[in-house]
Amino acid sequence: MRTISIKWLALVSAVAVFLLTAAASWGQETGDSEAQRLNMEAHVNNLSGRAANGAHLYKRFCVGCHGPLGDGEGENAQWIDPKPRNFTLAIFRCRSTPTGTLPTDKDLYDTVGRGLMNSNMPHWLPLTPQDRIDLVAYVKHFSPRWEKEKPGAAIEIPKEPEVTAERVKAGQGLFQKLECWKCHGAEGRGNGPSADTLTDDQNRPIKPFNFHDSEKFKCGSQDWELYKDFMTGLDGSPMPSFADNVKPDEAWDLVFYLRTLQPMKSKEKEIAKQLGLKPINPAAAPAQAPAGNPQQ
Amino acid sequence: MRTRLPMVSRITRTFHSAVAAGMFALLVLVVFTPTSGFAFPAFARKYGLPCSACHEAWPMLNVFGQTFKDNGYQLMNDRDSPIWQNPAYWPVTFRITPNWHRESANRVAVDTAAGPNTGEVRISSHGFDLSGMDILSGGTLYNNISFLLVPSVDSGEESIGIESAWARIDNIGKSPWLNLKFGKFEFDNVISEKRIMTLSNNGGSYQLFHFVPVGDNNAFAQIGDNQLGVEWMGHSVNDRTRASIAVVSSNDGTPGLQAGNAYSAFITASQAFNAGYGGGVDRVGAFYYVGKAPTFFRTQDGGITPIPGSGIGNKGFHREGVFGLLYVKKLDFQLYYQHGWDSAYFGNSVAANSPLPVGAQAPTWNGAFIETHWVQNPQLIFIQRSEWVRMSRQALAGTRSDLGDIDAYTFGWRWYPIMFSRAGFAVHNEYSIIKQVGTAPDLVNNLTSSSLMFGFDFDF
Repeated sequence: MRTISIKWLALVSAVAVFLLTAAASWGQETGDSEAQRLNMEAHVNNLSGRAANGAHLYKRFCVGCHGPLGDGEGENAQWIDPKPRNFTLAIFRCRSTPTGTLPTDKDLYDTVGRGLMNSNMPHWLPLTPQDRIDLVAYVKHFSPRWEKEKPGAAIEIPKEPEVTAERVKAGQGLFQKLECWKCHGAEGRGNGPSADTLTDDQNRPIKPFNFHDSEKFKCGSQDWELYKDFMTGLDGSPMPSFADNVKPDEAWDLVFYLRTLQPMKSKEKEIAKQLGLKPINPAAAPAQAPAGNPQQ
Repeated sequence: MRTRLPMVSRITRTFHSAVAAGMFALLVLVVFTPTSGFAFPAFARKYGLPCSACHEAWPMLNVFGQTFKDNGYQLMNDRDSPIWQNPAYWPVTFRITPNWHRESANRVAVDTAAGPNTGEVRISSHGFDLSGMDILSGGTLYNNISFLLVPSVDSGEESIGIESAWARIDNIGKSPWLNLKFGKFEFDNVISEKRIMTLSNNGGSYQLFHFVPVGDNNAFAQIGDNQLGVEWMGHSVNDRTRASIAVVSSNDGTPGLQAGNAYSAFITASQAFNAGYGGGVDRVGAFYYVGKAPTFFRTQDGGITPIPGSGIGNKGFHREGVFGLLYVKKLDFQLYYQHGWDSAYFGNSVAANSPLPVGAQAPTWNGAFIETHWVQNPQLIFIQRSEWVRMSRQALAGTRSDLGDIDAYTFGWRWYPIMFSRAGFAVHNEYSIIKQVGTAPDLVNNLTSSSLMFGFDFDF
């Protein structure tokens, strides 16, 4: 009886010691990791940001949507569509880097300053550049990916060619050939046959962009920014990268065509009017698949 | 609604002499309208941002909130039109402050055995109370069309007024430099009395926003009051540079054309910059408020009844000054300087069709305040304000030079136990004391009054 009790006592003690040690070790590791990540920095030109300096700014401006843990589960997230970014995954839509890679600090800095069209993310341009770069560093601190990986190399964006009627028409052909219409709709209104089935990287429903909504795009308002979106994809959303499927010249054609859909005066729109450009007919879409599967 | 006329200012209005001007003064008393405090959870609900995103500590705006306001209550992310909101969304906010407060004045005229108003005593009163209730409805009617409607309810008086009501066409021609507002609105004061951090009877307003010299009956140049008119406002995309010009009727915002046919203009411009000390975006600016206003009314019934809207004998006034917002980490300073000038007719409460007394001259004064905030975090703020007004020329030669000078000091703190995107709640504590020279009933001694206040300030 006594032998059994001593054995049990020893076993329980051993388990307790193990648990306590593990807990202490985990706590220290977590604490160290958090403290270490608060040393995260961000650099854009001659600006340097520190995560520790961005903490109070994040609490003031960002926490309502992105949450105190940066997981996109802020108190207001349930009411927002599209959902706030989950920074712990370090997956970002607006990047200059190839799909699947981390964005550059400048990508994040520009996003903070520009906001995201058709979302609840406003532009934080009124904040000082220092505040914005500190916020970028704090956003990075949420994910350990930044400690293990380096951002991808920014893609090269060739000089924008002259807009011509041929290019606009070619762009429309690509819109059909690449089956952009399946999500974005034949008229680019975000109502294609697949639109209702789309989900983001966290399996939440997501709507394709409606080009008729705005003069701006998700990640900017300039032609080169739309070009970038094709070639890098919008990671975390169903919008893939077409870097391996379209040539740079073709990407520009697509940019010019999409400009004809927006509610604004533009050279592209004028050309479309002169051409009498009609929306594509999905039924007449080429039977063959695009040149290759886009990168996801 | 939230700010009251300082007691000293009310007392100074007993100096009227000329009959017509006296009646005029009685009528213009009506035009002193209380002001509402803006903190707008309806915006937070619309955009899902916590109060702290737009407010240094509500209701005081930070640079992001100022930009949002200047953009016409828009974040400019294509989600501003109400069509993006659930149809059940109602852009309305209510604000009220139940409180306990103590008011004290050191010299109040009282009746004695010797006759009416022959004695002076200190009177203190305290007890539980309510502020007036603010009802704030505002936002966008469509992309680039914004509005604000503020009915105000006076506690206990069962009266409702229209504190503010305007619509604005924003970003005309897609330019942030073209915004046109029409209606009843607050002047474009970057240091806004509508967003003042102090609430007590004495501390709930800036003295300089309402100051008139002793014996002056110009009730029209109230920078702190909402005015009826039209305003052009323009700003850079990041709101660092901003300017506005408002042209308003000289009636201190009283609807119904009850004053006369006179107009005033308020012009302001400011430039923000980053001094590099952290805490926020610094700004400096200047303003100029100039206008004419009537000095008397035509009358009926043998000079007894003034005819509303018949104000004539317009005379001039102007206020000009500079202001600044400076940030040093958790500390920020609001700096304000004003120089004021009123026509001698206003200064002596004389109708323009009557002769001025011998020695009459245009009164002038200078004033300034420094308001300091220590923002420990978005949920705890400490406040102090020191304000001074100094007469530089009295309306009547020979009057003691410091008559009407004001020293005002306010201290307080606000704690926000919650900071989220649906409602606001603050525990507020404040003490304020004002001394005005020579305004005791005996016209010799100083009048000192103080307010102590503790309350729960909430809006939703």
